[in-house]
Amino acid sequence: MTDQTRVITYAEAIREAIGQAMDADDRVFMLGEDIGVYGGAFGVSGDLYGRFGGERIRDTPISELGIVGAAVGAALAGMRPIVEIQFSDFTNQAMDQIVNQAAKIHFMLGGAANVPLVLRAPLGSGTGAAAQHSQSLEAWFAHVPGLKVVMPATAEDAKGLLLAAIDDPNPVIVLEHKLLYRTSGPVAEEAFRTPLGTTAVRRQGRDVTVVATGIMVSRALEAAEVLAEQGIDISVVDPRTLTPLDAGPILDDVSTTGRALLVQEAPGHVGYTAELAARIAESPALYRLLAPIKRLSGLDVPIPYAPQLERSVVPQVADIVEAAQTLVKES
Amino acid sequence: MPHPLADAATARSTLVTMWEIRRFEEAVDDLFARGLMHGTMHLSIGQEASPTGVCLALRETDAITSTHRGHGHCIAKGADLVRMMAELLAKETGYCRGRGGSMHIADVETNNLGANGIVAGGIPIAAGAALAYKLRGEDRVVACFFGDGAVNEGAFHEAVNLAAIWHLPVVFICENNKYGMSFSTEKSMLVHHVAEKAAGYGIPGVTVDGNDVPAVYEAMETAVARARAGEGPTLLENVTYRWKGHSKSDKNLYRTRDEISEWQEKDPIPHFEAQAIEAGLLTAEDVAAVRDEVVATLRAAVREANSAPDADPSDLLDSVFAQA
Repeated sequence: MTDQTRVITYAEAIREAIGQAMDADDRVFMLGEDIGVYGGAFGVSGDLYGRFGGERIRDTPISELGIVGAAVGAALAGMRPIVEIQFSDFTNQAMDQIVNQAAKIHFMLGGAANVPLVLRAPLGSGTGAAAQHSQSLEAWFAHVPGLKVVMPATAEDAKGLLLAAIDDPNPVIVLEHKLLYRTSGPVAEEAFRTPLGTTAVRRQGRDVTVVATGIMVSRALEAAEVLAEQGIDISVVDPRTLTPLDAGPILDDVSTTGRALLVQEAPGHVGYTAELAARIAESPALYRLLAPIKRLSGLDVPIPYAPQLERSVVPQVADIVEAAQTLVKES
Repeated sequence: MPHPLADAATARSTLVTMWEIRRFEEAVDDLFARGLMHGTMHLSIGQEASPTGVCLALRETDAITSTHRGHGHCIAKGADLVRMMAELLAKETGYCRGRGGSMHIADVETNNLGANGIVAGGIPIAAGAALAYKLRGEDRVVACFFGDGAVNEGAFHEAVNLAAIWHLPVVFICENNKYGMSFSTEKSMLVHHVAEKAAGYGIPGVTVDGNDVPAVYEAMETAVARARAGEGPTLLENVTYRWKGHSKSDKNLYRTRDEISEWQEKDPIPHFEAQAIEAGLLTAEDVAAVRDEVVATLRAAVREANSAPDADPSDLLDSVFAQA
């Protein structure tokens, strides 16, 4: 940890990134529901309204389609808008502007215009908010040509990836896990960038490559501690950005360990881990496998309310431990 | 910016714009019928007064957003006919390098922020561009074109409301041509005029004869002045009619020949020619000369566009994302 590095929360890291971007560039502004005096539903915008005022920290009516569309127009007209969608589930309301407009404009116009737009949205379960406030929709966005999709797993990445997203001339969807907002980690004070499309190896192991995103990264790291006591040494690899995907470190690690465990909170059917499994299967890493690729996903059900039900539909630390053990036993 | 009947030069250029729109679309219609043009297209023949009158009230630095029926908007804002034609002919030199076609033409140089294949899709985008101008303190207005079919989409409601509460410099222009594809406005809404919806957002709503260039211009000029003064948006409804079908798939089963010919008699172009002649700004010879000139312009545009190289697939994958 350098002198300028402190331990701050994931939410604070995001706020710091936005504040630094707004200080450095007049084109950057934020719009979303209850981001002003209220400070954001998850407290992310905090005191930004006090610092920058209502023109640049722009409270909106409940109008997700209008908000994202206005951001697309502002981006086309030379601004760098950051949209906060209060819950990523509500991106459904704005899907035309995200998918048909933001993602396609640069391509449809033959490169004549850019849409440098950042859309931040909390995803995931674990807050008891049930089926319409708890989804993990990353695979939807990752499937659309023209969108970059970012899932920061640590406070450091939340800041560095967001600053890189703001610099990017394309629409970038940043999916922040709700349970991570209050987690803390070391983050440098300076306005550093973590390039989009760079995979992080969070832990280097010998026996199993666990690929995880978002909240599943910390769960995999916890599982690694448990497994280490049993003599199983796992790698934890975090793609950080689903699009563009830096598959190299994943394939390299799988080639070393010979076992791939792909973990996600989202439902398994047609999920992002299916893409990762296919990438491994299409690469020479396939010949190094000692056991079939294993996916550990959320159940293919909506997120239920009751806490014991909610926990049971998405992978927990114990599930990762068990899946890794099974992979080792099978080979 | 002058009134279309302000002087002879403006009257002439106004007439040229209307004929360019008409002849461009007739050329496209003909190329399509002869199997020389690909895809589909949405013609605005009969509606030329609306984009012409609206854009006449704008400055070059003002922006527009357009729709799937957008050839007229592009031309009135100053787009290059050769590049437009090249785009429709799937050429590398087209506005979108053959990736967009008729429905996605944008022209950054003329501040045309783009046509849109999604009904109402451009309305929030127009509000956002106006927000950008306001945030930067620039004296610029956005003219947002859409059809009557768009006003029943949520995007219309959300965007007009945002523009209203933020007093954005945007003019919402509904080209009410009576049909959203085959569904008539009589069936799609209970109010008589789209402009009545403005009351729901606390902004002015104005209905004008959308086949009369001076009427469109005058209403637009008032709306633009209001937008520039920081007083916010206006909803302008230009009542007009499209002579042709919705697109190339239209069998025209939902309206009568009588209805179409009734509107053809209200052709906005000869209407304006008569106004200019009556005002003593143009002679019958001037009008005939404009017609001939535009026929030649379009012939040359088709010829030049045709001779350009075809759209090239070699860098398709690289053109999805803008490079930093």
